[in-house]
Amino acid sequence: MRDLPSPSSIAMALRRRWRRSLQQRVTVTTVLLCGVVVVVIGLILLTQIRDQILEVKRTAAIAQTVNGLRYAESQLAAVDAINGGDVRTTLDRTRLQLTERGGPAGRFDVVMFASVGADSVPIARLNSLASSVPPALRTAVQGGVQSYQLATVDLGEGVSVTALLVGSPIPSSIGDFELYYLFPLDQEQTSLELIQGTVVLSGLALVLLVGAIGAAVARRVVRPVRDAARTAERLASGRLEDRMRVRGEDDLAVLATSFNDMAESLQLQIRQLEQLSRLQQRFTSDVSHELRTPLTTVRMAADLLFAAREDFAPAVARSTELLQAEVNRFEALLNDLLEISRYDAGAAVLEAEPTDLRALVDRVCAATHPVAARQGSELVVAAGGPAVVAEVDPRRVERIVRNLIVNAVEHGEGLPVEIVVAGDEHAAAITVRDHGIGLKSGEAAQVFSRFWRADPSRSKGLGGTGLGLSISLEDAHLHGGWLQAWGEPRRGAQFRLTLPILSGDELTHSPLPLLPEPRRPARTASERV
Amino acid sequence: MRGRVLVVDDDPALAEMLGIVLRGEGFEPSFVGDGIRALSAFRDVRPDLVLLDLMLPGASGIDVCRAIRAESVVPIVMLTAKSDTIDIVLGLESGADDYVVKPFKAKELIARVRAQLRRGDGDQAESLSIGDLAIDVLGHQVTREGDQIALTPLEFDLLVALARKPRQVFTREALLEQVWGYRHAADTRLVNVHVQRLRSKVELDPENPTVVLTVRGVGYRAGTF
Repeated sequence: MRDLPSPSSIAMALRRRWRRSLQQRVTVTTVLLCGVVVVVIGLILLTQIRDQILEVKRTAAIAQTVNGLRYAESQLAAVDAINGGDVRTTLDRTRLQLTERGGPAGRFDVVMFASVGADSVPIARLNSLASSVPPALRTAVQGGVQSYQLATVDLGEGVSVTALLVGSPIPSSIGDFELYYLFPLDQEQTSLELIQGTVVLSGLALVLLVGAIGAAVARRVVRPVRDAARTAERLASGRLEDRMRVRGEDDLAVLATSFNDMAESLQLQIRQLEQLSRLQQRFTSDVSHELRTPLTTVRMAADLLFAAREDFAPAVARSTELLQAEVNRFEALLNDLLEISRYDAGAAVLEAEPTDLRALVDRVCAATHPVAARQGSELVVAAGGPAVVAEVDPRRVERIVRNLIVNAVEHGEGLPVEIVVAGDEHAAAITVRDHGIGLKSGEAAQVFSRFWRADPSRSKGLGGTGLGLSISLEDAHLHGGWLQAWGEPRRGAQFRLTLPILSGDELTHSPLPLLPEPRRPARTASERV
Repeated sequence: MRGRVLVVDDDPALAEMLGIVLRGEGFEPSFVGDGIRALSAFRDVRPDLVLLDLMLPGASGIDVCRAIRAESVVPIVMLTAKSDTIDIVLGLESGADDYVVKPFKAKELIARVRAQLRRGDGDQAESLSIGDLAIDVLGHQVTREGDQIALTPLEFDLLVALARKPRQVFTREALLEQVWGYRHAADTRLVNVHVQRLRSKVELDPENPTVVLTVRGVGYRAGTF
């Protein structure tokens, strides 16, 4: 983990929010689309306004220029061409006159050029004004065409302004004269900037407003959906009485109503199931008590008879032995049936505590040793390794291990039964391997079925009830663990119990392989039963 | 020989059978068939041990157990048809020392009864200390700064077992064998419940024990002072 969120992680977080929040998505989309529309409309509007303003200015400017041109022409016509000094004076006066005449086009300046021979003499209020006239415009005017152009004009003292320049040749017989009107556009610029500001501001306001409206509308639509999600979560967590509020008669109200109907029906069914489960638990408990008390008496009586059997006639003595054995079997069956029905009623409770599985396996081996010895099987526990401490219900795990060992001994043909315990940070595993008759293909899944027997004709030598592995599987599942079987005909079988180290953790792997290591065919290494 | 056993059970057949088995082992059984008369029968008989069925008409076995425990430290062995933890723990918490789940073998029952009656046999004069407590083994007395703390024989044995080997960590299985006399590991809930009961009597603050310490994942050991 890094201390600071990197840009990519921020981007990821944003993307996640984007994916998660419908309201946000609707709002952002609305704002973006509205923004694009506002920008396009604003641009068109501003261009049009600018063009319009320029057009008005130009029309006025040209009118004024034509007007001034007429005056300048008349003044020049009155000058004697021979007297150069007079021409200069006339031009200066004319420029002054023209400058002082107002016009519809607003503030302006006048620049004239007089070309006598090769020289071109500027006549202007300021020299900088004359030099501001662009050469392209002058070339056009010198060619005898009235022209206009936008250019930056230097007003002296470091002030420049964009201006509309209208130029015209002054028809004269005494030389080439050019007349230029310079209309500074600063006022228009100011107006345009004002309009621009207004357009941008109102555009922004519009976008924000639309965004807010979008958010509000999305919220109105999304809220019932969120309500439904929250209510569904509460229902799922067991608060079955929770319902959605129904407002109005629109689509969302229909959603809420259907949702509530569904919740109602779910609640009813769950209540019925709970009722059933309670009844079943109660029944189990009653049966348990009602059966166990007389069975205790029978059992003690059988024990007593059994202890005194040597004093009986042979037939009675044998009957006593049979009675004793069958009472044992009956009791085992009753216990297993009650345990299974406790699972079926959902009444099994896990009582997990930190338990050393190696010590537990040693205990079970010590307790099952006599059974194994009778069948001629040796119990071999793989030695060594540190203690494997897991949060498990020791009574249930002991029962699983006992069942697996007794099962292995029963089917082990008197060959050794090998037990391995292993653990890592997340999971602990116990495998029990026998080298007996093994399992046919497909039987590995069936062994956990209730009352299933590998071979119906086999003797029930150890008095198994046929429920042991089913109960073990339930016990393993109660821990969130796995109980799996592997087997091949005449190669024996291996059962693997995998349990999470911390109660409630989910298992992802097992520290031990399900298939026995030494002769494991590589191609089925990942196969799971 | 201490041999008076009071059987509190409502099932006549089972009670009679228990009587036959107990007499066969040299005990002296008396019987009472319901919970209401149990306490007065207890006072009349003054038994050395009580066999108590948890499901009784009238007062429940749990109530009878509490009532007997309130006036006596006599060993109580519960007979129960329920092996669910909640039932067993409830019985043990109300004062029973041990329990057998129906259907039990006669031998099993007799072994449990004898284990409870053997308590204190062969005690030698011995002085032990655990935490800030002093134990006089022969006198069956536990004192803190001279004040006596009343314990049942079972609780006393549990405390003595821990105090005799102050450096050893006892697994629950080891304690079951030593204190209850189970040859093979049985139910560790017995140990858990009795340790809680012992703590409630000997600890100044049962939430933060200093006399009987828990070793997580292993068991218990004596607190040193």
